[in-house]
Amino acid sequence: MSGLSYTAPSTISEAVSLLANASGLAKVLSGGTDLLVQMKSGRLKPALIVDTKKIPGMIGIREIDGAFVIGAATSGALMGEHAGLVAAWPGVVEATNLIGSTQVQGRASLAGNLCNASPGADSPPAMIAAGAIAVIAGPAGTREVPVEAIVTAPGRTSLAKGEFITEFRLPKKPARSGDAYLRFIPRTEMDIAVVGCAIAVTLDANGVCIAAKVALGAVAPTQLVVAGAAAALIGNKLTDAVLAKLDAECQAVCKPITDKRGTIEYRTKVAGVLARRVAAIAFQRAGA
Amino acid sequence: MTYIGNKSDLRVVGTRPDRPDGVEKVTGRAVYGADFRLAGQLTGRILRSPHAHARIIKIDTSKAKALPGVKAVMTAEDLPNITSEEAFVGEGPTNFRDQSLNVMARGKVLYEGHAVAAVAAMSPSIAEAALALIEVTYEVLPHVIDVEEAMAPGAPILDENLFTAGVDPKPTTPSNIAKKIILKSGDIDAGFAKADVIAEGRYVTAAVHQAYIEPHACVATIGADGQATVYASSQGHFMIRSFCAKLLGMEISNIRVIPLEIGGGFGGKTIVYLEPVALKLSQISGKPVKLVMTREEVFRASGPTSGAVVEVKMGAMKDGTIVAAQAVLKYQAGAFPGSPVQPGLMCAFAMYDIANVHVTGYDVISNRAKVAAYRAPGAPISSYAAEQVVDDLARQLGMDAITIREKNAAKAGTKTVYGVTFPEIGYEAVLAAAKSHAHWKAPLGKNQGRGIATGFWFNIGGESSASVFVNEDGSVSVVSGSPDIGGSRASMAMMAAEVLGIPVDNVRPIIGDTASIGFTNVTGGSRVTYATGMATVQATEKVIEQLKQRAAMIWDISPDAVDWKDGQAVPAGANAGGFDPLSLAAIAAKAGKTGGPIGSEVSVNAQGAGPGFGAHICDVEVDRETGQTTIIRYTAIQDVGRAIHPSYVEGQIQGGAVQGIGWALNEEYIYGA
Ligand SMILES: Cc1cc2nc3c(=O)[nH]c(=O)nc-3n(C[C@H](O)[C@H](O)[C@H](O)COP(=O)(O)OP(=O)(O)OC[C@H]3O[C@@H](n4cnc5c(N)ncnc54)[C@H](O)[C@@H]3O)c2cc1C
Repeated sequence: MSGLSYTAPSTISEAVSLLANASGLAKVLSGGTDLLVQMKSGRLKPALIVDTKKIPGMIGIREIDGAFVIGAATSGALMGEHAGLVAAWPGVVEATNLIGSTQVQGRASLAGNLCNASPGADSPPAMIAAGAIAVIAGPAGTREVPVEAIVTAPGRTSLAKGEFITEFRLPKKPARSGDAYLRFIPRTEMDIAVVGCAIAVTLDANGVCIAAKVALGAVAPTQLVVAGAAAALIGNKLTDAVLAKLDAECQAVCKPITDKRGTIEYRTKVAGVLARRVAAIAFQRAGA
Repeated sequence: MTYIGNKSDLRVVGTRPDRPDGVEKVTGRAVYGADFRLAGQLTGRILRSPHAHARIIKIDTSKAKALPGVKAVMTAEDLPNITSEEAFVGEGPTNFRDQSLNVMARGKVLYEGHAVAAVAAMSPSIAEAALALIEVTYEVLPHVIDVEEAMAPGAPILDENLFTAGVDPKPTTPSNIAKKIILKSGDIDAGFAKADVIAEGRYVTAAVHQAYIEPHACVATIGADGQATVYASSQGHFMIRSFCAKLLGMEISNIRVIPLEIGGGFGGKTIVYLEPVALKLSQISGKPVKLVMTREEVFRASGPTSGAVVEVKMGAMKDGTIVAAQAVLKYQAGAFPGSPVQPGLMCAFAMYDIANVHVTGYDVISNRAKVAAYRAPGAPISSYAAEQVVDDLARQLGMDAITIREKNAAKAGTKTVYGVTFPEIGYEAVLAAAKSHAHWKAPLGKNQGRGIATGFWFNIGGESSASVFVNEDGSVSVVSGSPDIGGSRASMAMMAAEVLGIPVDNVRPIIGDTASIGFTNVTGGSRVTYATGMATVQATEKVIEQLKQRAAMIWDISPDAVDWKDGQAVPAGANAGGFDPLSLAAIAAKAGKTGGPIGSEVSVNAQGAGPGFGAHICDVEVDRETGQTTIIRYTAIQDVGRAIHPSYVEGQIQGGAVQGIGWALNEEYIYGA
């Protein structure tokens, strides 16, 4: 029988050196709601599991001058219970809270959701739109990268051997800003996104959009940052014409696949529909 | 006999006592299939085909057998190669040979997931390692999944020895169409000639799984003396016994099947998958063997219901009278014959009194898991299509959807296409209830729509056994042979309590194993409350006769002079004598001195079950941009007869509606994706 070692170090440096020096496949464990499923199905046979949850700071949410630091292994449930975070970044929280069921919420983390690198993951588009930064520890020290730089392809990330994410940073929400996330699934629970869309906007005193970031999930091998869609919003109020432009820009970048959850045509169309609906929520949250 | 259905002064029946299995289930103490274990048991695992259709050239199990910790490896070679024989063991006809080939492929695999070999080992990880060591050489064959493609000339043939039954002259080339069935009444052409409007449509339904919460699971053990015991959760332990005996060439008397708590079946557990394999592995290893399916195995290798194509054409006169109804039903059977196309044909138009009916059914095999029964097997598929066409007729005629159904409703005296003339039935009452329900008239919002459909199911009786014992303290045990998937223990206890005139808390219901109660058909076909209930009521009445005799003995009067009232023996009248009533407990306490223990067992083959009808109204809202469909309101009107335990009946109706919604909106099997 092949051996499997489990270890739960209590410091970041210990975890880094365990991961860096592992000879076989080493996997970081946060909630395990992806990892354990993949191991049970036989898809993944790691030799070493490094559980990060015993490392101080990996679980928990800190608010520093209006900005937020979220431990990489913090569960969706903890995020949903954090009133300050919910008030500041409702889109990030609602995206995270869409993951799985109540049981899954007790475990599922942002780091796991991101690093599992599924195109359909719910929280990454919302983190990207919100401008979240991932803090990475590794053999060469610590580095900070925007969330959109982590996933490179389905199941692949830009993390090097020995590296793992320790926390996510969300900026202080600018005045008159709002974010939102919607996903489309044919049923109401326990399904993976056909399309996910997150938008964060900042408005001026007249309700005109002065900053925007639009991210799509499940319509390409990785999450997409849709610059054209953001450009369609900036300098404008949410008129029908602007919504139509937003819709078209989102559809234009989609490179989905046809699978059991939806065809290319369907996913592309729904991406535009969701973008319009998400924009309306984000603008309303920003005070429009 | 006491006809509970007609009694007006019921005290227990119709109330909602706590269910006898409730505490065990909510506290996690109930022992389901996968919970059961025997000392020294081995873990069994099944190797399944990765191909939809392939010839098995060779299975080399030598490496698996040599792995330390592996105690048994088997293939179809270890099972008797039995001949074709019709079996009426589960819910609907099947064939023992097909079942043998389904539990373990011989010569060919016929669907992805088809079992090809099995192992039993000291641990799950050894068992899994052993599976990986079994080398199967396949010659992959072209396969066919879709029902109409399977029917088409030139389709890959699953069984070279299968010739379509029911066609004249007997075909000379093999076909995937196992059977063609035609039912007809009147003159269909003349009927359509009379019609002012004609509606028709082609309807496709998906194969969907029953998706019971509990995967199939069993533990089997067989001793050196050939005595076997199987512990399993199923819809019929006698069914398991029959199949194991046939498939393994064993004597019925050498097999005892002990039912465990069942976590849902919906028809899907009226058949065996694991038990014969576990028994064979136990025989080879000399140890008890436990087999538990994973959820994936349940989906891949146990029976969904048929996916189908149904074509319906109906004609009506201007006044709404339906004068012709025609349908062609093409039902997937899975890899072996035996789809529920026959009940599909019988049920399609059973709600209506139509003079000219012509229905044709095809039972079609393809490279899918063998279908199994699912809630009124076959009926929802054909009803779905027929009901759409009835709606189309109503639209063309400008008639209300309930009115056209009322106009054509079957009633006492209506002769069905399958030959039965209905007695008093409830369809018109169901329609009247639907029409007068506030839901039918409630306003609809934007993007919302309303549909109605009605349905029919026979209900059957069949063979059931129950025994009723009075314990020393006057409490009562009810033992039946029916696994409880929908509240039968509660119902049996309530019926016994009702007849005895005692509180239901004084009655403990259990399910007897195959050696401790008489033969009982599967829990299926909507038969248990009726048939097992009949056995229970009759056994209870026999017990009352005994109680009266014992009281008569105690009072030293004639048994005829004793009445049974409110749970007590009382003198039948003034002439009988002035005795104080004797309670059940008082009589039980003296049982030893008055002839010994009091109890009775009754076995019946119940006949004459009344059919059931239903009408469901559903409002949906459709998001026009995404197509997302949301159920806004759902009302089920169901002719249930006498609800013994109304909460259970409501639960059944709610569960049925939920499964129907899933079938309509979300569920399907997608192959090759
Ligand atoms: C029933 C069920 C329903 C689900 N529904 C959804 C859903 O609706 N939407 C959705 O998006 N997902 C869903 N998922 C997937 C899963 O729950 C999420 O992706 C979850 O966020 C994963 O987080 P985790 O902490 O459990 O990750 P883990 O399983 O612990 O890890 C996942 C991957 O990330 C890696 N990883 C974990 N932590 C780190 C780290 N700190 N640094 C680097 N790599 C790391 C692991 O090595 C592994 O490869 C569902 C899963 C289940 C079982």
